[in-house]
Amino acid sequence: MNVSILVPSALRGFTAGAASVGVQAPTAGEALDALVAKHPGLAPHLRTPDGALRSFVNVYRNDLDLRGLDGLATRLADGDTLILVPAIAGGRA
Amino acid sequence: MALTLSHDAWCAVTAHAEAGYPHEVVGILAGRGARATRAVPLRNENAERPATRYRVDGLALFRAEAALEADGLEVLGYYHSHPDHPSAASDEDREHALPRRSYLIVAVHDGHTHTHQSWRLRDDRSVMDEEPVTLESA
Ligand SMILES: [Zn+2]
Repeated sequence: MNVSILVPSALRGFTAGAASVGVQAPTAGEALDALVAKHPGLAPHLRTPDGALRSFVNVYRNDLDLRGLDGLATRLADGDTLILVPAIAGGRA
Repeated sequence: MALTLSHDAWCAVTAHAEAGYPHEVVGILAGRGARATRAVPLRNENAERPATRYRVDGLALFRAEAALEADGLEVLGYYHSHPDHPSAASDEDREHALPRRSYLIVAVHDGHTHTHQSWRLRDDRSVMDEEPVTLESA
């Protein structure tokens, strides 16, 4: 499936400034893998060292959160858009 | 890198941090280049531990940043407060930080703004480095 991934401005320094990256993949997880293969500098910011999606990275398929779908196994259709939407969090200790 | 705040932006940050005490407050710093001219308060959505944690969910942040970009401003980073705690970045801050952004932390002691420091995450996520902050006078 040909899909577009929308990259938030904080991460565009790792995509040569591109706000949208086109990839071919059957599932959301494989689409993210393809994105990281094209732009390896994104890897530490999307996944933890053990490969899980970072807790502050939300991924939407069109306008639906993957967590309400099948997560990274969510199947994609031609023309879908995946949107990376970071949350922000922190604290004092 | 370095961060400059206009007088108005700094006043907005400290007013928010003091009004929110003893809870942590959070917001966006926007402007151009390395000069923040607008501080936009966000709602701390961490209801369980608001005195020691903050969180802003993705869609709320996405909408606020899109509105700023529509006004021709760039998102330079975020500010948050540390009630009764130093303005150093914590492990929790580093764990959740976005790269290529300034993280301004304001310590608020007994309801009054104390120290402030700004931090940036290294691209390999290993550490947050302090950057100089310039506050413009009125
Ligand atoms: Zn903090």
